[in-house]
Amino acid sequence: MSEVQDYKSSLSDTSSRKFETFSYLPEMSPEQVKQQVQYIVSQGWNPAIEHTEPENAFGHYWYMWKLPMFGETDVERILAEAEACHKAHPNNHVRLIGYDNFAQSQGASMVIYRAKAA
Amino acid sequence: MAEKTYSAGVKEYRETYWMPEYTPKETDILACFKVIPQDGVPREEAAAAVAAESSTGTWTTVWTDLLTDLDYYKGRAYAIEDVPGNDEAFYAFIAYPIDLFEEGSVVNVFTSLVGNVFGFKAVRALRLEDVRFPLAYVMTCNGPPHGIQVERDKMNKYGRPLLGCTIKPKLGLSAKNYGRAVYECLRGGLDFTKDDENVNSQPFMRWRDRFQFVHEACLKAEAETGERKGHYLNVTAPTPEEMYKRAEFAKEIGAPIIMHDYLTGGFCANTGLAQWCRDNGMLLHIHRAMHAVLDRNPNHGIHFRVLTKALRLSGGDHLHSGTVVGKLEGDREATLGWIDLMRDSYIKEDRSRGIMFDQDWGSMPGVIPVASGGIHVWHMPALVNIFGDDSVLQFGGGTLGHPWGNAAGAAANRVALEACVQARNEGREVEKEGKEILTTAAKSSPELKMAMETWKEIKFEFDTVDKLDVAHK
Repeated sequence: MSEVQDYKSSLSDTSSRKFETFSYLPEMSPEQVKQQVQYIVSQGWNPAIEHTEPENAFGHYWYMWKLPMFGETDVERILAEAEACHKAHPNNHVRLIGYDNFAQSQGASMVIYRAKAA
Repeated sequence: MAEKTYSAGVKEYRETYWMPEYTPKETDILACFKVIPQDGVPREEAAAAVAAESSTGTWTTVWTDLLTDLDYYKGRAYAIEDVPGNDEAFYAFIAYPIDLFEEGSVVNVFTSLVGNVFGFKAVRALRLEDVRFPLAYVMTCNGPPHGIQVERDKMNKYGRPLLGCTIKPKLGLSAKNYGRAVYECLRGGLDFTKDDENVNSQPFMRWRDRFQFVHEACLKAEAETGERKGHYLNVTAPTPEEMYKRAEFAKEIGAPIIMHDYLTGGFCANTGLAQWCRDNGMLLHIHRAMHAVLDRNPNHGIHFRVLTKALRLSGGDHLHSGTVVGKLEGDREATLGWIDLMRDSYIKEDRSRGIMFDQDWGSMPGVIPVASGGIHVWHMPALVNIFGDDSVLQFGGGTLGHPWGNAAGAAANRVALEACVQARNEGREVEKEGKEILTTAAKSSPELKMAMETWKEIKFEFDTVDKLDVAHK
């Protein structure tokens, strides 16, 4: 019988906390993030940035960074806002959202700056 | 003006019910039947007989026919078409005035459309291929309790398919051991786990015990992962009273989602439960046990696209759709058709997918298709491509059969899913590059690597899958 590997996850280890889509993958490189921003733009969705303290990440409402960038299609500008949010809140999760106003929902939502586990 | 006089006896159906000159009204309910008549019965007569027997007609003239305006209330066979690839069958198109059906009653519509007529002697076999529900009728039904967007918002799942798993063995576990299996799946990264359809309230695991242990499992997995979790608590029961009792308890303990079998439980129970779910903020997962009895025979029964429409009207937030990959490959186009019927607000007639009518759902919420059964990580690229984001992908054995246990199996599936979605968003061809995408993802996930070694690689021969049968099945 091959060796069984333990699944490491616990209440006491805050690094066990996930944050939905893409949180089971390694943190994205800047180039990978850029491709996801490009995807949001190409879908015609409205990009938005939000952030939160990791311990409050479960709630539906994170802090909005400014307002959603309605109609913004410049990938670099969107990335710059995300980076500005991260610089202002270096200990927080920062997530990128693509608002789909036709579906009245979020077409995409992903954490692109991960807070260090406390 | 009393122009008609009563004359007893038997008339040919086509004198009254075959109306090729009729133009269907926007408010008519339209049905397309595949008919194989008995030898010697002309197509027009068989079509008219189906129209008659599924609406106002009976085998003989009766004097009370003259007390009403039967020409208004009757079903009308208005067109006949050949069935490609089947010489003995034909399509009969029938229009029914909307007044024939009680508002908001899937029960009533199907009692007429697939009632006595299916045993009628003049036809050898009969299959209800499609039904066009006019928007005027759609709006009298409550439909899905919440719909796709509301479920995403409640569960906080965006930009990817949801992941589930049916707990196995389907029968025999104690409630506490069952809850353990649920907990392991959810902490590993699944969004949902599911009661198997025949898990109701057996002596080895009564429903109340199961609900409590499973809910504890959900709460702990939520606290541990920081993500929202649910388990479809099956409230299918012997009586409506018992069903509601179980649903109420699920709500009381704070569960987000319950489950019902809409065919064995019945349309009446399902429609009531769906309304209850909307009133009580509970998501509703729908299983389809017994569907193959109705939809598998290509010449007799009810096509699944019709059962899909029935469920969307009756109400449910999830519905099993088949997986396309694996054994059901050949049905890719037909499956894509009924997936559209679940999710979209307007579906155009498309004979290549077996869709015989335009269907306008107006603002009725959509249903999330659930792909479940016989799938594992190697199928993930195809599933993401076929089903898109608005779906639940359920890996039963593909989660629980992982050599390191449920949590590792769940994590493997979650990593595979996210890798495929990420690649898709980057513009890559996920089905063709599936092996490379998964292999790369497995470098940072030993759980995925192990899963890929455990289940044999499936071949990605998608050209053959995409080909359409010319003949309608």
